[in-house]
Amino acid sequence: MAQQSIGSVLVPAPGTKYERYARRPRRFNLEKWAWIYMRASGVLLAVLIFGHLFVNLVSGEGVKQIDFAFVAGKWADPFWIVWDVLLLWLALIHGANGMRTLVNDYATRPALRRVLLGLIALATVALLVLGTLVLTTFDPCLGATAETAAAIPQCAIK
Amino acid sequence: MPPRADRAPSAVSLIWGIVATQSTAAAPAQPKRMGGTLYRGREGMWSWVLHRITGVAIFFFLLVHVLDTALVKVSPEAYDAVIGAYKTPIMGLGEIALVAAIGFHALNGLRIILIDFWAKGAKYQKPLFWTVIVLWIVLLAGFVPRQLMHIFGGA
Repeated sequence: MAQQSIGSVLVPAPGTKYERYARRPRRFNLEKWAWIYMRASGVLLAVLIFGHLFVNLVSGEGVKQIDFAFVAGKWADPFWIVWDVLLLWLALIHGANGMRTLVNDYATRPALRRVLLGLIALATVALLVLGTLVLTTFDPCLGATAETAAAIPQCAIK
Repeated sequence: MPPRADRAPSAVSLIWGIVATQSTAAAPAQPKRMGGTLYRGREGMWSWVLHRITGVAIFFFLLVHVLDTALVKVSPEAYDAVIGAYKTPIMGLGEIALVAAIGFHALNGLRIILIDFWAKGAKYQKPLFWTVIVLWIVLLAGFVPRQLMHIFGGA
């Protein structure tokens, strides 16, 4: 009963005289690509996140150094913009797909499952848009004083 | 609903798995029920449980972290005020928990990739788990003293 979903089709079960339900072959297999994505993004994220943690929490004064000027100093360099855009997209989609897996495993009531999957999708899209806009429209010279601007080359010109 | 092999264990079967693991551990004379399985009992199951718990924790932090970072577009003052909360001793300890969760999730994720793609990965999944634990301890041994210095140290 549980196997007999809409996309299923009867196929011979090898080694028996019976038939079993199998998924109808599809052109795009979401679960397969999600599985591949988790592993591919996972490897990249391990590098990106450990780099992120080292620069922000270990080097210099660690968490105490983080303020607007610190962020401005980093994002004045396109290298860190690209780093953080990659981090944002890879991590959010990786996390959202992980949460999707958990919801599919534990939320057995169809209505609840739909609501939770909808919330995950909504939060993910909203934060991807917000984060990307923040990273691509950031002005490192904002709020810079004479002495803080000296540390950022493109602000000193003003 | 009939039991299905492709379903993740429910809370009940998870607890049953824990009880079964413990009871076989207590009575070694009995035949091993869990032998030869990758995801039920012992290292295989516990790494899976920890991977899920740390994954959820990291996801919720990520949601908050994108929002707090977005405050740089509101004003430098707004960003500094909110990010100041991350520098208190309690949040400093929270950051240790966060790094611990990320460290385990990352290292165990690489272990999962080895199990999936390395021909001998499944065979060595248990030593790989303890390798993850050792590397995780090394990682934290590097980070924790440094972080404690930053949040409790002077200057």
